[in-house]
Amino acid sequence: MFYRENGQFKTNYKADQQIFPIAQDRWAIAALLLIGFVAVPLLADEYFFKAILIPFVILSMAALGVNILVGYCGQISLGSGAFMAVGAYMAYNTFVRVEGMPLIVALLAGGLSAMALGILFGIPSLRVKGLYLAVATLAAQFFCDWAFARIGWFTNNSSSGSVAVSGLSLLGWDINTPARKYLFCLGLTVLVALLAKNLVRGAIGREWMAIRDMDVAAAVIGIRPMYAKLSAFAVSSFIVGMAGVLWAFVHLGSWEPLAFSIDRSFQLLFIVIIGGLGSIMGSFFGAAFIVVLPIALNQVLPAIGSLVGLTVSTAMISHAEYMIFGALIVWFLIAEPHGLARLWSIGKQKLRLWPFPH
Amino acid sequence: MKLRKIALTAALAAASLAATLGAPSALAQAKVQFFPSLTGRTGPVAPNATPFANGYADYMKLVNARGGINGVMTLVEECETAYATDRGVECYERLKGKHGGATVFQPLSTGITFALTEKVAGDKIPLITSGYGRSDSADGGVFKWNFPLIGHYWVAGDAVLQHIAKQEGGWDKLKGKKIAVVYHDSPFGKELLPIVQERAAMHGFTLQLLPVPAPGVEQKAVWLQVRQQRPDFVVMQTWGVMTPTAIREAIAVGYPREKMFGTWWSGAEPDLKDIGAPAKGYNAVMMQHGAEPQSAVVKEILSKVHDKGQGVGPKDEVGQVLYMRGVVGAMLAVEGARAAQERFNKGKPVTPEQARWGYENLNLTQAKLDALGFKGVLRPISTSCVDHMGSAWARVHTWDGAKFTWASDWLQADEQIIRPLVKSSAEKYAAEKKWTRRTPQDCQS
Repeated sequence: MFYRENGQFKTNYKADQQIFPIAQDRWAIAALLLIGFVAVPLLADEYFFKAILIPFVILSMAALGVNILVGYCGQISLGSGAFMAVGAYMAYNTFVRVEGMPLIVALLAGGLSAMALGILFGIPSLRVKGLYLAVATLAAQFFCDWAFARIGWFTNNSSSGSVAVSGLSLLGWDINTPARKYLFCLGLTVLVALLAKNLVRGAIGREWMAIRDMDVAAAVIGIRPMYAKLSAFAVSSFIVGMAGVLWAFVHLGSWEPLAFSIDRSFQLLFIVIIGGLGSIMGSFFGAAFIVVLPIALNQVLPAIGSLVGLTVSTAMISHAEYMIFGALIVWFLIAEPHGLARLWSIGKQKLRLWPFPH
Repeated sequence: MKLRKIALTAALAAASLAATLGAPSALAQAKVQFFPSLTGRTGPVAPNATPFANGYADYMKLVNARGGINGVMTLVEECETAYATDRGVECYERLKGKHGGATVFQPLSTGITFALTEKVAGDKIPLITSGYGRSDSADGGVFKWNFPLIGHYWVAGDAVLQHIAKQEGGWDKLKGKKIAVVYHDSPFGKELLPIVQERAAMHGFTLQLLPVPAPGVEQKAVWLQVRQQRPDFVVMQTWGVMTPTAIREAIAVGYPREKMFGTWWSGAEPDLKDIGAPAKGYNAVMMQHGAEPQSAVVKEILSKVHDKGQGVGPKDEVGQVLYMRGVVGAMLAVEGARAAQERFNKGKPVTPEQARWGYENLNLTQAKLDALGFKGVLRPISTSCVDHMGSAWARVHTWDGAKFTWASDWLQADEQIIRPLVKSSAEKYAAEKKWTRRTPQDCQS
């Protein structure tokens, strides 16, 4: 009832091919954007911005990048943390070494460096597939961990290996308050999401999906595997690299190579798997699940404990958080192996039929 | 049907969440001095960070039992970081505005300290990092909000090397010797390096730097290198599960424990008690205090907190090295707040900004320390605008197979060497951040 396209007639190809062909979707997205850009900055407090919204938005962007590679092109990668690190450190070097470097140039430099490394470490994908490729991309992770911890040039010879940036601004607009940081990250993420959505529904996206579904058949119908795979690596690591810049510059402010360790790669892969492989929306769902849920559990458990008259110790909360979080992941994957995005589309389908399901 | 059930549960969960989070806690209304505690009760450093958190909480209870800070009760709320920087930052954001504002943060993690150093200046909240964090933050002229009270890594490194030199019979005896440094491959570990490199250049000994990746449970390769190269001494900058692993590996390759020297996070009971007798002879430099089961403050905590059933941790850890470090950390936090209260607003809670003045103008004489129960535990501490450390004393203790015994007299880190290092590193940081050194007027405020 709420979600029917009856009566919405397309009279030209343009209308038929737009991103959201159904009017309700367009309204929903417009409302979401309005909430994200106007309502949230008015309502959220500093804690909410810094601890929840900014990490959520940045990791959503990184997950978008990983989803292009893993979800759309089917190339499993465990090097996402490394590509984030490359983005962060190369942007840092661009930003610090040149006086008066604009942030946006540093951001793009970080993204482009990550892209270059992504293409380089994507070359093995031409020969090895599946889990073997995952192992090959691990090399990128270990190489970058090593390089940023050992080569002094990357960290501007900082004695502790930790680097920091400050004084971010975009065309004279200082990014110094939590709300502005959030808006900056959100704006970029929305741009990247739009770009990604358009890529995956265009010719190149169809090539990626053909390679994912069966690369031999794809090659037979005239898709060049090298071009398709390497372009997926390039686009993916460019986005992941930019997310790395944001993570370091905007979220952390000061960071060390450990911020982009193998754990980060796993985290991104889990976001994509739980959110839904091959879904733009799923990247946001997955990021929300992985980022927000542990923190929410950590805060809600003592409150629940006090409701029933129990004082839960700090360590117990932490243990319980891990157990519940793990159990929820297992439950979600059993209940819906295609991820949260699939639940979302089932929900849409139900809304369409409601209240007359038969 | 199923969808409705899910929606219903979700709505219920959201409603109860909003209710529990929205309800103001009764404590928020009372006038208290809030001391947040970032704990590491889980994760790779749990055995070591737990006694610290227990000592911190117990001492705050003791302060309340003694009548508070001029009548203002202390309040501790913990937030678990598991030694992870991102969770630490989240905890900081969560706690900083609670209960009338956080007085001071003590993150007990160098990674979290680096991240918070960026934030505290903007939020105007002081940061005490006793014995860890940024060594260059001892320069109060640049780091207005950081307080590495009673020591930092460069003091630890210098004290260890002084002790080794003394044992050998003078600095000149170290010429041509080889010293291996086994360190945690993170800012925490690397912070030690500038001072040992400086000393190596001064006295002509060679260094063998052996990084161990976090969390430090895989050290076979490192200790094989030690066995091959046979350095004359091993200095260890380790923390958490990494320390017992290192000692076990040393035993396995037969490196003498008498030649191993930990810095002050690498020599406490949780590191050694499970190894016991084979670890005999292992040394560690201590930030003034060591294990102090006989001190007056420990006896008072036992009688006024633990005997009343209020103790946070097990009774037998009271007085151990890391428990004492928690107690000392809490004492410093409280005494700074007390000094600020006496200047600004006696008998009322102080703001973090006022507390900062207190930490910058700490003057803990021996008489004051003795009255607080720290006789024989601590030496006088006095800070100023230029010196945010307040004292550079250390002692070395040795494991005798079951407990620690003092192996050295009081050592004082050489300010002639450390001060220029601190200054140049702080200047570099200030230049990168485009900060200017604080003016004398700012020092008065």
